[in-house]
Amino acid sequence: MSEAIIEIQSLSKTFRTKDSEVRALNNINLTIEKGDIYGIIGMSGAGKSTLVRCINMLEKPTEGTVLFDGHDLSSLSSKDLRKVRRSMGMIFQQFNLLMQRTAEQNICFPLELAGVDKTSARKRAKELLELVGLTDRAQAYPAQLSGGQKQRVAIARALATNPKVLLCDEATSALDPTTTTSILALLKDINRRMGITIVIITHQMSVIEEICNRVAIIDNSQIAEFGAVEDIFHRPQTAAAQKLVYPEGKLSDKMISKRCMRIVFDGNSSFEPIIANMVLDCKAPVNIMYADTKDIDGKAFGQMVVQLPQDEALAQKMFAYVRAKGLSAEEVNGYVG
Amino acid sequence: MWDESTLSMLVQGIGETLYMVLASTLFAYLIGLPVGILLFTSAKDGIRPHASVYKVLDVIVNLTRSIPFLILMIAIFPFTRLVAGTAIGATATIVPLTLSAAPFIARLVESSLKEIDIGVIEAAQSMGASDFQIIWKVLIPESKPSLIVGCAIAVTTILGYSAMAGVVGGGGLGTIAINYGLYRWQGEMMLIATVLLVVIVQVLQGIGMKAAGLSDKRKK
Repeated sequence: MSEAIIEIQSLSKTFRTKDSEVRALNNINLTIEKGDIYGIIGMSGAGKSTLVRCINMLEKPTEGTVLFDGHDLSSLSSKDLRKVRRSMGMIFQQFNLLMQRTAEQNICFPLELAGVDKTSARKRAKELLELVGLTDRAQAYPAQLSGGQKQRVAIARALATNPKVLLCDEATSALDPTTTTSILALLKDINRRMGITIVIITHQMSVIEEICNRVAIIDNSQIAEFGAVEDIFHRPQTAAAQKLVYPEGKLSDKMISKRCMRIVFDGNSSFEPIIANMVLDCKAPVNIMYADTKDIDGKAFGQMVVQLPQDEALAQKMFAYVRAKGLSAEEVNGYVG
Repeated sequence: MWDESTLSMLVQGIGETLYMVLASTLFAYLIGLPVGILLFTSAKDGIRPHASVYKVLDVIVNLTRSIPFLILMIAIFPFTRLVAGTAIGATATIVPLTLSAAPFIARLVESSLKEIDIGVIEAAQSMGASDFQIIWKVLIPESKPSLIVGCAIAVTTILGYSAMAGVVGGGGLGTIAINYGLYRWQGEMMLIATVLLVVIVQVLQGIGMKAAGLSDKRKK
């Protein structure tokens, strides 16, 4: 599975108003492969929403091309483009459901647009409602559903036409953490079971950690860094990436040397008290400076920064201990000032 | 004065008024609805921006809306005669009522459509909806409650105009109120005709609001 499904080539987008020009995207190059869950992360205003809209041509790029399944989208007639859009589902932060239609009718909507007959459309809607776990809410109107349920309906609606790609524009940003986790689990499940490529736009690093396998960091209208999530997460190279990985805004140029170790939990068992055991084993205390970990199905995800003892040998021993447990550990400077 | 001929005159007046108002509303919507939709879609942030189409419609709508109804009615007598065969009576009054209400309705429709969340339209576009499908399957159904409220406002406004048309022989309750009340100093008759107009407004407005409420699925 290393076939490209979306290839963005030297794409730029400039918004022109009467007296100013805003370059929202600047020379973006990105390849998304089939089966990827590709995260695009950036601060607000970085251009990520514009980028995802360029993928399905809701925004026409000013320069550059978008290849979808080998077809250059900007060369398509509007009729062909509408057809292609049926193979790209999209979900939104505000769900964007039709308020005057029931959940079931919302899911039937893209099928109606595609000219599918009513009986087949309802049958498909039923399957999808089951997939997203809302069979009993088929006849409810969006106003009667919770945020998470609305997003589930939106996901079902986006999947109705059997798309190859699902574009998610800040799909969990309006949801609480628990609902976010369940929506992300649903997306992951869809990706695994149906092999649908998912593109996720977000400003939350936790979303990327939780389900993406690849990530691109967009900063100031450009791609600052991209690659496998583990690589970026363990060794962020650019300032933009570091800012996202250390969300509390650690300034890496503030180099007052007090040794700290950053430990990354990447699906290790959460039953083992690693830090406590390390302290017992090395017989020296550490100071937890920062921790952001969570437990998903008995596995620990997240990161922690601990301040190490002054003694060099002890510090080395701690690094060795953590690494021996299969965790990634690196030294960070300038964390403690 | 409550003889049979008075009663039948009032009943006929009510009938004429309803006929004028409802027919004019229907015809005015035949013009106003498409114009309102075009105003919405051709606007700068519409689904198919078109500056010159928007500008032309915008100017026409504003111009026609600012002409007082009575002036318009008298000014287009020749046109009315051409269309309806006569310039007086209920049928003839439908012509100026329609022309006068259409631009007003266009604005009502435009403002109803503007209430729709732009994200919903974007979602439909992302699913490959054509402009026509967006109009037919998103804009109109999603703004239905607001369109119905607009329709109730339009009907009552047209009713008011129709009564005004009584001054120049427009037919219906307005003519009765003016002929008897103003020209013959029969105050009671004027009062009765006016009360009947008020009742009709109340009923039509009530039906409109009720229908809008029932059609709105946004409430829990």
